[in-house]
Amino acid sequence: MKVRERVAAVRTRALDDESTAVGRGLTLLSAAVAAALVVPLGWLVVDVFGLGSRALSLTVAPQTLQVLVRSVALVGAVTTGSVVVGVPLAVLTVQGDLPFGRFWTVVAALPLAIPSYLGAFAAVSAFGPRGALADVLSPLGVEQIPTIYGFVGATVVLTLYTYPYVFLTTRASLLSLDGSLVEAARTLNASRWEAFRRVTLPQILPGITAGALLVALYTLSDFGTPNIMRVEVFTQFIYARYNAFMRDYAALLSLELFAVTAVVLALESRVGADDSGAYGSSGNRGAFDLDLGLWRYPAALLPALVGLVAILLPIAIFGIWFLRSGPGYASGSMAFSWSYGLNSVYVALLAAAGAVLVAVPIGLRSATSDSRLASLADRAPYVGYAAPGIVLAIALVSFSLDVLPALYKTLPLLVFAYVVRFMPQAIGSIRTSRLQVDTGLVEAARVLGRSRASTFRSVTLPLVLPGIATGAALVFLTTMKELPATLILRPLRFDTLVTYIWRVQEAGLYGAAAVPALVLVVVSGLSMAVILAQEQRTD
Amino acid sequence: MAHQQPEQYVSDFDTVEAAVEDPERIVLEMDGVTKDYGQEVAVEDLSLSVKDGELLTLLGPSGCGKTTTLRLLAGLERPTDGSISIAGETVTGEGGDAFRQPDQRDVGIVFQDYALFPHLSVAENVAFGLTDHDEAGTEQRVDELLDLVDLTDHHDKMPSNLSGGQQQRVALARSLAPEPDVLLLDEPFSNLDVRLRVEMREEVRKILKRAGVTAISVTHDQEEALSISDRVAIMNDGTVEQVGDPATVFQNPESRFVASFLGQASFLSGRVTEDGVETALGTFPLERLNGSVEAYDGATVGVLVRPDDLRATPTNESTADGYVVHRQYNGPSFVYRVELHSGDVVHCMHNHVETFDAGEPVEVDLVADHQLAWYPAE
Repeated sequence: MKVRERVAAVRTRALDDESTAVGRGLTLLSAAVAAALVVPLGWLVVDVFGLGSRALSLTVAPQTLQVLVRSVALVGAVTTGSVVVGVPLAVLTVQGDLPFGRFWTVVAALPLAIPSYLGAFAAVSAFGPRGALADVLSPLGVEQIPTIYGFVGATVVLTLYTYPYVFLTTRASLLSLDGSLVEAARTLNASRWEAFRRVTLPQILPGITAGALLVALYTLSDFGTPNIMRVEVFTQFIYARYNAFMRDYAALLSLELFAVTAVVLALESRVGADDSGAYGSSGNRGAFDLDLGLWRYPAALLPALVGLVAILLPIAIFGIWFLRSGPGYASGSMAFSWSYGLNSVYVALLAAAGAVLVAVPIGLRSATSDSRLASLADRAPYVGYAAPGIVLAIALVSFSLDVLPALYKTLPLLVFAYVVRFMPQAIGSIRTSRLQVDTGLVEAARVLGRSRASTFRSVTLPLVLPGIATGAALVFLTTMKELPATLILRPLRFDTLVTYIWRVQEAGLYGAAAVPALVLVVVSGLSMAVILAQEQRTD
Repeated sequence: MAHQQPEQYVSDFDTVEAAVEDPERIVLEMDGVTKDYGQEVAVEDLSLSVKDGELLTLLGPSGCGKTTTLRLLAGLERPTDGSISIAGETVTGEGGDAFRQPDQRDVGIVFQDYALFPHLSVAENVAFGLTDHDEAGTEQRVDELLDLVDLTDHHDKMPSNLSGGQQQRVALARSLAPEPDVLLLDEPFSNLDVRLRVEMREEVRKILKRAGVTAISVTHDQEEALSISDRVAIMNDGTVEQVGDPATVFQNPESRFVASFLGQASFLSGRVTEDGVETALGTFPLERLNGSVEAYDGATVGVLVRPDDLRATPTNESTADGYVVHRQYNGPSFVYRVELHSGDVVHCMHNHVETFDAGEPVEVDLVADHQLAWYPAE
């Protein structure tokens, strides 16, 4: 919490003092909701206990250790790749004075909006054995092309879609860097490169680290890419064990993955706490410009290239499949039906409604209270957000089968999973908009003779409404593209756009996936727009 | 604001002499330097030379181009036209040729916000520019400089743990460490509170003189410029209007702009005749004006009068020169604004116990014992 927010919270709380009963009620409610969300996750532990002594031998089994090592290696490779791509791009767009600089900034950030599994899917369908490139080359006598599958392919695809985390955090710290520091170094006879190394780099290191940790988290929890690219990391391996009816083993691995995630999260929160000192600087005169001269024109090719590969390639591939999709591409049960789209919208609407219902009391409460219980209730929901989707899905499968078999593979359970995963987005935007309501307005209404309830109805609520709408929109859009939980928890014969794409890509019928994939790209773009609009309002 | 006689400032200067071999050697020369940003001209055809060990201050209102001038000298901006040479070497040639990067010229700069590297300790900050020394040499030079700025005890502290004045001294030490030919100071005292500002002015001047460095500082604070500088250059609209030692510039401003920028200036309109200048405060002999005024016989001129040049005395309506219309309280003194019958508005300074009421009729007398500057009517 920033200092200003904290002060606002204290002031608001002072105003709420007369109604501690109501306040405590709300706090208890949000705590209870949070607990209900978290308990199923705990079921993984119960499952693992069920394994008894096998739990230990499975944990140290060579296969398990290999998965662990491979996962860590993939995280390392993707994180390194993202830093290598993201940092120079950030420096170029902030200090390079590129022609159409703003445009390239947006282009360089855009891959973040596209789920990496779509990128992986596009890559496989372009460069895979039965893909577009193979189709073009086979008449020319080229029988074999290097395989896209495997560790390297997954690293490239994941890097392409996660480097924007590093790009954006590095940009933020570059923008807040005091330009006169670099000038001071230059007048102290440091060359451009030396000034970058000795002054700029130490200053933006926290930003780079924060971005790198986000990349690590994403890579660790990403389900689609490793599965499509056939890399045996945690998420892929868990799904395979689950499909092989080894539920207990899957639970054990999920717990292990969760533990690794927790380590990264702990690192991240520590870096987050350290930021404050490095980011702020007084008398900021703006970033120091790199004087690239004519080099800035070729320099602009860098973001152009990355944007081309990460954004235009999938769209082009899907477009080609779409235009060519004649008979023979998909038929029978594999044929695309718009009802899948309706299903997607249906579950996403339910998820948005559910998330808002739960998030409103928590979000409003957490903005105005900092009692220990409230802050615990405030944080608990983020456990669901932090847990990789596959972990949550496996936990819910176990929980429903063991405790409430009637819920297994039903819509309510699926929607519950979405709410647990994405509610923090809604809480965040509601909280932010609540904090932006000037306490003076509430005080004014109270002094003008309105009751608390009436003030809330006629002043607070209308002002918070855009935040609630944003939260709902975010949950809706992210639910539309959610993959692992949907895949595992959906009712039998219930298909959404995402699961349909999954089925046809597994069958290699790429052409059939063109329409839903393009729809998902649009949905992804929309969610980015919602986030940007929200940030603009916040500024 | 206490307006003392300019001479008094001069006496403070003589205490420390710059330790330089040849005080007449020109260290910095700017010739016809122009800098424009598209339509906007920041610096126009500026020529200036600074001698070894001299402290020159660029003084002017914000937007007059003084900071841009500093940045041009440091090599942080490229001039559109003109040449700059430092210690006999051209660092920017005619037409922007031979431009040397900031690290390729021996110029130090103390930034307005000090720009201390927050991730380095005091000693590491000071050592930053000392790339030519070995470890022992660096350590020795750092100690020397910390001693010079009296911060020996703060060797290992981080900049965020220092007070504003200490931070400034670190910045000073850091920029002096590589022994620059010219030291630039960008509004060096603007981030300090008023008390500390006065203290640091003397302190910084002493340090600069002891180091024997040629320095150019930039400020919009006239008191600061007049009190620390060997010479002052008054800038307006990208050009230098007047350069000279503080006392001369204050006493004989060459233009109305310079006059109105230094001190609280008023202009008394008068008509030049053979017998003297006829003004609303009576006729003064021509000798009271500085410079030859004969060519202006019959013309109207504006005579520069500052608050300490005039005194108001309460009187009755019939003998009054005008009425008190405003009172400005400065603590030790009052400055009264008096609207004369002629329409001129002048300011008179009085002791803080001499209180007049608004609208009180007063007689105004010229009490100045120095020659008065004057300007042709606008």
